[in-house]
This record gives sequence, C-alpha cells and structure tokens, in this order.
Amino acid sequence: MSDHDTLYSTKFQDKIERSTLLMFVMTAIAVAIGGIVEIVPLFYLPNTAMCQNDPTCNNTQHKDANGNVIPMDKIIWNPATSAHKTLNDWQPGDGVRPYKALETAGRNVFIREGCFLCHSQMIRPFRDEKDRYGHYSIAEESMYDHTYQWGSKRTGPDLARLGGKYSDEWHRRHLKYPREVVPESVMPNYFWLENKPVNVEETVQTLKVMTIMPFNPVPKTIYTDEYIAGAAAELEGKTDMDALITYLQGLGNHVKFEEGVNYRD
Amino acid sequence: MAATQATPVKYDMEVVRWFTIAAAIYAVVGTLIGVYVASELAWPFLNFDLEWITFGRLRPLHTNAVIFAFGGCALMATGFYIVQRTGSTALWSNKLAWATFIGWNLIIVSAVVTLPLGWTSGKEYAELEWPIDIAIAVVWLMYGFNYIMTIGIRRTSHIYVSNWFTMGMIVMITYLHVVNSMAIPVSMTNSFSIYSGVQDAMIQWWWGHNAVGFYLTGGFLAIMYYFVPKQAGKPVFSYRLSVLHFWALSFGYVWLGAHHLQYTALPDWTGSLGAAVSLAMIIPSWGGAMNGMMTLSGAWDKLRTDYILRFLVVALAFYAMSTFEGPVMSIKTVNALSHYTDWTVGHVHSGALGWMAMVAYGAMYHMVKKLWGVEKMYSEGLVNVHFWLATIGTVVYVVAMWVSGIMQGLMWRDYDEYGTLTYTFVESVSAMHPYYAMRAIGGLIFNIGTWIALYNIVMTVRTASAARSANGVPANA
Repeated sequence: MSDHDTLYSTKFQDKIERSTLLMFVMTAIAVAIGGIVEIVPLFYLPNTAMCQNDPTCNNTQHKDANGNVIPMDKIIWNPATSAHKTLNDWQPGDGVRPYKALETAGRNVFIREGCFLCHSQMIRPFRDEKDRYGHYSIAEESMYDHTYQWGSKRTGPDLARLGGKYSDEWHRRHLKYPREVVPESVMPNYFWLENKPVNVEETVQTLKVMTIMPFNPVPKTIYTDEYIAGAAAELEGKTDMDALITYLQGLGNHVKFEEGVNYRD
Repeated sequence: MAATQATPVKYDMEVVRWFTIAAAIYAVVGTLIGVYVASELAWPFLNFDLEWITFGRLRPLHTNAVIFAFGGCALMATGFYIVQRTGSTALWSNKLAWATFIGWNLIIVSAVVTLPLGWTSGKEYAELEWPIDIAIAVVWLMYGFNYIMTIGIRRTSHIYVSNWFTMGMIVMITYLHVVNSMAIPVSMTNSFSIYSGVQDAMIQWWWGHNAVGFYLTGGFLAIMYYFVPKQAGKPVFSYRLSVLHFWALSFGYVWLGAHHLQYTALPDWTGSLGAAVSLAMIIPSWGGAMNGMMTLSGAWDKLRTDYILRFLVVALAFYAMSTFEGPVMSIKTVNALSHYTDWTVGHVHSGALGWMAMVAYGAMYHMVKKLWGVEKMYSEGLVNVHFWLATIGTVVYVVAMWVSGIMQGLMWRDYDEYGTLTYTFVESVSAMHPYYAMRAIGGLIFNIGTWIALYNIVMTVRTASAARSANGVPANA
C-alpha cells in the first residue's frame, strides 16, 4: 500500500481532499453560513430601522417608562401625520428625515474628504458619551444614510449630535484653519473648500438615486418631483464649505428623545 | 507527492517572478505612505494645505497599497508558486496569469490616481469607486478561476493544505466584494451603497473583518503551510491540526465582523454572537500557530543561521499574539474601552506588520532564491538587518498604539470628584502627540527594512542574471 492510500483523517475529509470540486463546494458552504446568520435577519427583525415604506418598521416598538409604545412617526418623520408637511417646513424633533439638497452636497464633501476616518457618528450608551456627545444613537437615525457614516475611530470627537452645538461662523473658522480655534487640533486645514462651488449636477443626481434605493429608499412623498426640481436653484452659488457646514449643523437633532425610554430594544 | 513526479515539470514561473518584484516594490511604497499619514497626525503641517495629500484622502491610499498592492502581489506570487509546486503541474493558463498580473497592477495604478482625488465610496477598506470595483471583480475571478483549475489539473492525489486556504480566500473574497460593493452610481466617480445604517454597517464589517480573516490571514496561512516546512526542511507538524485549523477558521471567521459594532445601533445579539465566536477562534488560531511553530521541532538550531526562518517564526509569534488580542478586544467590556481608540490601530498593525508582512518576506526571500536559481541572497547579512528592523519597527509601533489607545479610552471615560468629565476631548488629542510621533518612528524603522529588502532582492536578481548570461544562458531562462 503506497502512502497515497493511507487514510490520515476521516473518509469524508480524504474524499474532499482528493476532489477539487468537492473542496470548492464544501468551502463555499462553510464560509457562507456565518454571514447569512448575522446579516439576513437584520433585514426583517424589529429595531434595525428597516422600514421600506412600512410605518411600523418591522413592528419596532420603543416603549416609555410606563410601557406605552411610542408611535414610530414620533421617531421617523412622516409628512402624512406630521404638522410639518414638507422638507423645508420640517422642524428639529419632528423625527428622522432624509437630507435636504444642500446637506446632501455637504455629505458628499464629508465622504469625499474621508472625514469618517477620524470622526465617528455613533454614540454608545455610556455615561461619559452622554455627557460628552448627547443621547446614544439609534438605528433609525442612520436609516437614510446610504453608505453609513458610523466610523470606527475617534482621532477627533464624535459628530453624531454636532448640529446646533456651535455657530456657523465657528464651523467656518474651524474648518478653514482648525488650529486657530483649537490649538491642539491635528485636523488638516480645509480653507480651500471655500473656493470650490458645489457640484450641482451630482447632488441632484444623488437625491434622485436615494429614491430608487432597494433598501430604505427616501419616499417620493418627501423627495417630491417638485423638491428635486427646485434643488438646483437651492444649490446655486453655494460652496463646498457652505454645504459641509449645513450638513454638520443638521446632524443629530432629528429625534426628540424622552427620558426613561429604551430606544434600542 | 514525489511519487508522481516521474517526468520533470516545466513550471510557469516568470509571472511569479514579476509578482514577487512588484510585491517588494509595493511594500516600500505602501509603508512609506503609512509613515507619511502617521506623521500627519503627529505634525499636521505635513498636510501642506494640499487637498490631495490630506490625511482623509491619503489614508485610504495607504491601506489599499499595503493590503491590495503589497498583500495582493505577495499572495498571487506565492499562490501561483505553491499551486504549481504542490500539484506538480504548470498553471492551467499562463496567459490568464499574465492578464491577472497586468489587470491587478492597473487597478493599483487607478487607486493611486483616484483616491487622492477624493473619489471614494466611503467604505473603509473598500474605498475604490464602482468602475474599479467591477475591474477588481473581473481580475479576482480570473485569478481564482485559474487557481482552482490549476488545482484541478494537479498530478498529485490530494490537494495540499495551502491550497485549501487559498481556495477559501478566493471564494470568500468573491462573496464579500460583490455583496459589500453593491452601489448605485451617481456619476463615473461617485456612488452610494444600496444598504443604509444598520445593514450597511454590518455588511461593511462582514467585509472588513473577513478581508482580514480570509485575505490577510487565510491567504497568508497558505504561505505559512508551504514555506515554513520548506524552509525548515521538515514536514508540517500535524496534518490533523491543519484540517481542524482550516475548517474551524473557514466556518468561524465569518461570524466575527459584528464585534466591530459593539454598543452601536446594531442589535445586541449580533455583536454578542460575534464576540462569542471570536473567543472560540482562539482555539483554531493557536492550533495553527502551534502547528507552524512545532514544525521546527528538531530544527530549532537553524534559527541561529537561517534568517529567512526567523521571519517565518517571528511572524507566527505575532500571529499567535494578534489572534489572542483580537478575541480579547471583542469582549464587550474590553471593547467599550478599546473601540474608537488607537488600540485597534495597534492591533491591526501587529497583525499586518508582524504577521502578514513578516511571513510574506520570509516566503519572498525563499522564492527569490528558487526563482532565480541562486544558493544565497546577494547579502544574507542584509536579510538579518531587515529582520531586526522589521521586528523592532513593529514592536515600537504596536507599543506606542497600546499606550495611546488605552490612555485615550481611560481619559474619555474619566470623571473627577464632582462627577464631571475630567478631560475635554482635545486634551486627549494633545496627550497622543508623543505616541503619534513614536508610531511614525516605528513605521519608519519598518519602512527602512523594506528598502533594504528591495535592494537585496534586486541585487540578487541582477547577480543571478549576470551569472547566467556569462554562462551563455539568457536571463530568466
């Protein structure tokens, strides 16, 4: 008996090792399972902000201290039930909404410049993060964030609730020359954003694309044809700097959080 | 395996030579960019107010250069080398291998052009925009198909363990790249993920961690399982352990991505599941590390004289260290401290520099000698110098990040006796400065080593070619 016929493991393992096809198939199955188990349920379980024009978001139920369910339209802005019917009428606290045209342009700048590499947008439910940044982030708040911006590193502070914390003028000065405002900062200077006009065409296209996303698209009742048609005029004459500041000022003030509510279960 | 090798096989090694040289060059470039972006964090004036070299645009170029340019070329060089040698066969298609070489390098060039221009999908470790993503899928499938077909035409009875790992990598990276890169374009240079929020985050880290698990670990374990026994002149310590190592790793690694999202808006069960499997992964990882280490049983004395073996063994030590550290960091209480800090960056680099780059260099030195038919490198002494620079550079880097990471985490959560936060955020930033400088120096030490390696490899090739033409044999014959 030559060494090739000796069985060193199980018969099945030996069979796999002798067959390219079997090895391929077994490997393809083995490496698929974990991802399926962890990812697929996120598309149909509650508390994952998978709403898909379903006002209950897979029966997500956030309950107050007395056990009463908070209606989802208090969490996610719904123009049909809200007192404020259009994107321009929306007020902070009305619930999660998609980005306005100029914010969308700013978000594109945020992604282009790789801001997420140093700034997270995901507050964890810890005492120090609440004191430093504010209420912990919830799934619904990033449901319209196609290409999520949670980040993985805080070389700089978290930005999830940056909106309204500083004035526009502070942001402008800080973005232009960060060390003029915060001497210890290691952020690059972004004064050159003031010289760049907003890319109108790409921004308008971004708004359109957001309405055709297969998962959590922006409802056409929010990005109405009228709104998209008027977007170009809103962007006219604006710079990347204006857009970025508008985006930053809109972060984190969408939901009115109440004490004693568990927003993650 | 030797039994079937009755007739000598003419291997297709020219493409392997080119991949090897490319890997040596990209290692220099990739780590140099790394040193630069590290320096930008220590001394921000280095951004020079040029948008193309700001940290935010250059950092993805660093990660892409080391992972896909250096790592990719090292994997393809060793992969095409191993699959031929272990199967006693030439490549299924030499032409397809060349097309892979050209395609992969064109992708690298396109990354060098597009990332500094800010053309990014905004997904960490998958920044390249959609037209390049499509090219990556095509070239990757060319590589994978050729590889698997070459296994198919092997002249040995069993598929060697290295090829299991590479096959696992080929399949998994295909899944990951296709699913994670799903996006709708808004222009030739911009696109948005079809997923959002929670789902996008989970899919991104399923990609992110398994690019580590199957590409930077599985692919490099294939290198380990071939080159450690070869260089030590001993068979793999335990065949059964390698069976366990492969299947446990293939099945288990896939679950780990969720541990990057502890305490985020991702449902709790997903992160906990990820952490539980992460802890279990210590067993196969250490089993594999032991398997490599113990292969040296009875040959430990070679470490005194064989510098290439040193690379391989220290790589295994870093592999064992990182695969212990990773599961520890996935535990929720530890993660609460380590997440968002430099500790993660240190962990990645103990794996990337200590394990991946070291094992790749061990293999590259081994291959260069075989590929150009020389007994010794141009300078064995320089191999030793490179070894020490790589080891010291990695240790300096990792220690700096451990200290800064843990310090950051502790400063952020510290309260004074009045119940208010002790430190402002920016105090934690300025406290990092000495460690950012130290990290840049550690990286620079490592980078100097890569220059020496490149010089040594180029001189070895030149000497070998000169010797051959002196004997009337054309170079690279």
